[in-house]
Amino acid sequence: MATTPLHDPLSNPSPDAAVEVKTTTCYMCACRCGIRVHLRDGEVRYIEGNPDHPLNQGVICAKGSSGIMKQYSPARLTQPLRRKAGAERGSGEFEPISWEEAFSLLSERLAKLRATDPKQFALFTGRDQMQALTGLFARQFGTPNYAAHGGFCSVNMAAGMIYTIGGSFWEFGGPDLDRARLFIMLGTAEDHHSNPLKIAISKFKRDGGRFVSINPVRTGYSAIADEWVPIRPGTDGALLLAVIHEILARGLYDRDFLVRYTNAGQLVNVEETNDEFGMFVRVEVPEEEACYDPQDKLWWDRNSNRPVVTHQEGCDPFLLGEFRLKDGTRVKPSFQLLQDRVAEYTPEWAAGVTGIPAETIRRLAHEMGVTARDQKIELPIAWTDSWGVEHDTVTGNPVAFHAMRGLAAHSNGFHTIRALGILMTLLGTIDRPGGFRHKVPFPRPIPPCARPPNNPGAVKPNTPLDGLALGWPSDPDDLFVTDEGAPVRLDKAFSWEYPLSVHGLMHNAITNAWRGDPYPIDTLLLFMANMAWNSSMNTAEVRKMLCDKGENGEYKIPFLVVCDAFHSETTAFADLILPDTTYLERHDVMSILDRPISEFDGPVDAVRIPVVAPPPGCKPFQDVLIEIGSRIGLPAFVNKDGSRKYRDYPDFIVNFETEPGSGIGFLSGWRGKGGEKSMRGEPNPNQWEMYARNNCVHHYELPKSYQYMRNWNKGYLEWSKRKRITRYAEPILIHLYSEVLMRFRQAAQGKGLSRKPPAHLAKRVETFFDPLPFYYEPLEVQATDKQRYPLAAVTQRPMAMYHSWDSQNAWLRQIHAHNELYVNAQTARVNGIADGDWIWVESQWGKVRCIARHSEAVEPGTVWTWNAIGKAAGAWGLAPDANESRKGFLLNHLISEELPGGAGQGPLSNSDPITGQAAWYDVRVRIRKAEPGEEAVSSPQFEPMGAYPGMAEAPSGWLRFFAGGRK
Amino acid sequence: MTQLALVIDLNVCVGCSACVTSCKEWNTSSAAGPLCDGNPYGAEPTGTFFNRVQTFEVGTYPATETVHFPKSCMHCEDPPCVPVCPTGASYKRKSDGIVLVDYDKCIGCKYCSWACPYGAREFDEAGKVMKKCTLCVDRIYDKGLPEKERKPACVRACPAGARLFGDVHDPDSEVSQAIREQGGYALMPEWGTQPANHYLPRRKTQLHIHEDELERSDNPLLIDSELPQPGTGEPSLDDVTSW
Repeated sequence: MATTPLHDPLSNPSPDAAVEVKTTTCYMCACRCGIRVHLRDGEVRYIEGNPDHPLNQGVICAKGSSGIMKQYSPARLTQPLRRKAGAERGSGEFEPISWEEAFSLLSERLAKLRATDPKQFALFTGRDQMQALTGLFARQFGTPNYAAHGGFCSVNMAAGMIYTIGGSFWEFGGPDLDRARLFIMLGTAEDHHSNPLKIAISKFKRDGGRFVSINPVRTGYSAIADEWVPIRPGTDGALLLAVIHEILARGLYDRDFLVRYTNAGQLVNVEETNDEFGMFVRVEVPEEEACYDPQDKLWWDRNSNRPVVTHQEGCDPFLLGEFRLKDGTRVKPSFQLLQDRVAEYTPEWAAGVTGIPAETIRRLAHEMGVTARDQKIELPIAWTDSWGVEHDTVTGNPVAFHAMRGLAAHSNGFHTIRALGILMTLLGTIDRPGGFRHKVPFPRPIPPCARPPNNPGAVKPNTPLDGLALGWPSDPDDLFVTDEGAPVRLDKAFSWEYPLSVHGLMHNAITNAWRGDPYPIDTLLLFMANMAWNSSMNTAEVRKMLCDKGENGEYKIPFLVVCDAFHSETTAFADLILPDTTYLERHDVMSILDRPISEFDGPVDAVRIPVVAPPPGCKPFQDVLIEIGSRIGLPAFVNKDGSRKYRDYPDFIVNFETEPGSGIGFLSGWRGKGGEKSMRGEPNPNQWEMYARNNCVHHYELPKSYQYMRNWNKGYLEWSKRKRITRYAEPILIHLYSEVLMRFRQAAQGKGLSRKPPAHLAKRVETFFDPLPFYYEPLEVQATDKQRYPLAAVTQRPMAMYHSWDSQNAWLRQIHAHNELYVNAQTARVNGIADGDWIWVESQWGKVRCIARHSEAVEPGTVWTWNAIGKAAGAWGLAPDANESRKGFLLNHLISEELPGGAGQGPLSNSDPITGQAAWYDVRVRIRKAEPGEEAVSSPQFEPMGAYPGMAEAPSGWLRFFAGGRK
Repeated sequence: MTQLALVIDLNVCVGCSACVTSCKEWNTSSAAGPLCDGNPYGAEPTGTFFNRVQTFEVGTYPATETVHFPKSCMHCEDPPCVPVCPTGASYKRKSDGIVLVDYDKCIGCKYCSWACPYGAREFDEAGKVMKKCTLCVDRIYDKGLPEKERKPACVRACPAGARLFGDVHDPDSEVSQAIREQGGYALMPEWGTQPANHYLPRRKTQLHIHEDELERSDNPLLIDSELPQPGTGEPSLDDVTSW
């Protein structure tokens, strides 16, 4: 037998092909890794991680590696489409139109709305990483009805943390696993962000760090945790409060850190009859109202036994005790109030709520406290604090945490996350090595300075909105309500129902518009948001709302525009579809004005540069916005004479400044005429080329002395002020005790000079705006008969499908073609359910039929499934009999977007009562085996979607992808 | 004699499948490709992957481990897939120990996949030949690539750095050291195939807190529980009794 191979395994199969390698930024999920795209004869052949990129350092994930199959997906939309005259909405019958037709019909409609009532136009986007532009467009248009998906993603995490420590996880900060010794991950958090976290956890484990995962389910990163602590969903707040209880009881808190860097020692008025009850005692009323904490609060000094202004040299505050001011007013340090609060939250109490044994809770608290105290890091980095004191070293207490949606997506999530922020603070871990570290542009004042408008007069015809559509209320006067206290926004954000809904409530936009509460709208523009499927709660009803007509025979939401690159479920309901480009075909910016990809050591922003040409009929959404903005004359997009200001998006990015001459634009790198400036500088006509030459990324490394303790780091804060990242260089003390929340409670109690809530919401505001975290059962659970619906149902996020996109991906769908419901094996057996049985899962709102899978890796009171696998029949270019629709299912059918309001009032959003965060993970269900003879198909099913004009036919049989040449 | 192999660290593998698709995207357009997909947009999609991740649970709740287990050709030192091949298509390279299939000789009889105890072979239903992991043989010797990039695609992609690549016969190589020092093991040694690929086991870091670490003299409660002395003017027994 011949020993020489005939087939040469080293051969280049297409030696004559033209090969190119181009760098850009991935967007297969929201992580935004640097990539190098290899092209062979212009076809994408190989996408690898860019080793010279700070975010992913050369690695790439399953999604990033499957970008080819996104690029060549048959689900691609290729031309603008208009619903056929006479065709019913949702029927999927479209006719191609030209871009000129699309632009003119849309511009005409929008111009009319802008001239009459701008709030009739609503813009909601699934992606929230281009808010700098979408937010600008909405504001210039003059509509308050704008948000991205944060309200149904993790706004509790953003708000809970930012209102406590002035920063948050993911884009704005994260665990410093390079130096941590103990890492605690709570709930599902793997996808924010994904590759950097995998890199970091792996290094951390190899360095001998200890990793504890607290999660109802052991999957994802929890699989490699040193200890898995199963917990009942929605009870993390109880666990955290009990850990705080134990940390305080054992004296395991970092006293020096609390005294100097938090409001622990500040005195709170505890005279219940006083109008100032619950507020900090101040030495004087500040002259100007600015968005920072003036240092006018008091400590009770241990040395002189009298009240002094905080941070006086030689003074040291009592953290415990009760004191009387000269006028007899009783006061307590906020730390004492925290101790009072957690007194009842014993580990034994929490054991009953969470299902975690009390001794485990105690041990976890001891591990955290002792590691923080005894494994201290001292880095030889000199820095100066905000009070001018020079420090020779930076101290670190190496306990790090990470959490995202698992904590956030509950209606008690805000207080849970406040408790987490407080725990991290008690351990002395904020912006310190081995703990939590900020990423520029954070930290920011608590709350950050941007405010929403506070009255309906902010919305005027042909005028930009007077304020930012999304902002950070600091007291009731910042709410966006009418004189009667009614919401101004369609989604009721910044109303008394959800006062701190800083990311809006996209999950209620369609229901509210359909009901006309607070008012009907005319045009809804959705970008990359699958609101007719996995991005909506109560999906089946929402789909009906989109097709529902009023008495006049018109659709209740008269005009729906969907911009997407692919054939999503939502496109079927559009009146107008605008085909977007893919990430490999577009210019994009990861802007410092938005959610950049900063690292702990300094700001980083990045760009996408097209590596292949889009199909001739597709346009990037950014260009669409600039085109429409120019056509309807939005001031930011036109010159004084009304002529068009920017040729296209790349031109806009180079030349736009936040105000003339500000030197602040979307990109912070290579500014100045010759690209010699960072952060601020004149527009540079060659900025794109300079990014392209530098791996599409700009990384500004701060001096070491500015990299830590940034809430109180004089050097950093002054740098940040000079670069206009912040307006003020004042220290940002951590809010153990939240006076911001107390201001709302005070208003609800009828005290103070600010606005008061309407009577029917006063109790709600008073209850939930507690200045200290407290535990309550999630609102839906309170409204559920737990005997009938004993199980919690949640989702986890599969790594090959993060961020819900790409179920149409030919490679990835072979990893997850359908999802099943994981049930603890014992729970399943008790319910007579065998592994692989078809079952019904019922909540009080709806039911689904799916396949049950026994699992030992789930807490017995919880069932779960993978998010974003189940699809509607025929969607995403898949065959109607694809597994995604026949065997896969969507848990959303079990979840309501609203809860009964009670007391004769209308419904309230199924959301956190503080932030409006969608409470995805609060639903309670029961399970039963499907009857014999029932169809082995998931339920509900929907009429299969067909292909649209211009879509390629999906290859059937065998697909042989072989770029550039042999097929 | 060189024996190239992968060493996969189960202690850090999170089961993300980056190795699965990065392998596919490299190899489908390479000399080993295409890696075809059957019914790619329809029911029961199936396709050729040189590398797959299996996930399974071990133990009973709550003492459960979830294990992610990436698996590809083990490049056995004594590969059972080679002698069973009637055409000599299945062969092991002397120079580096990589087990390959010569597509031009393969008749698709599948004997080799029956012989492989690891299920590592993937039949290309479109091309009707057997395919498998090549350790990216077309990358690792490619002088056109910078030296640090001459690694299998899966190794470069792995976000957790869980995949080590090198010569398991060289005692000084990274892979040999890892096997030696971290309890590396081969899969199913009882089959006598001497798999070249190895796995590193899970390792647990525990923390033991001693009681005296909770009772210390620098406990801040000693400061904070000391409240101010009452003023001399406040009521005391001296005001009411003389004994």
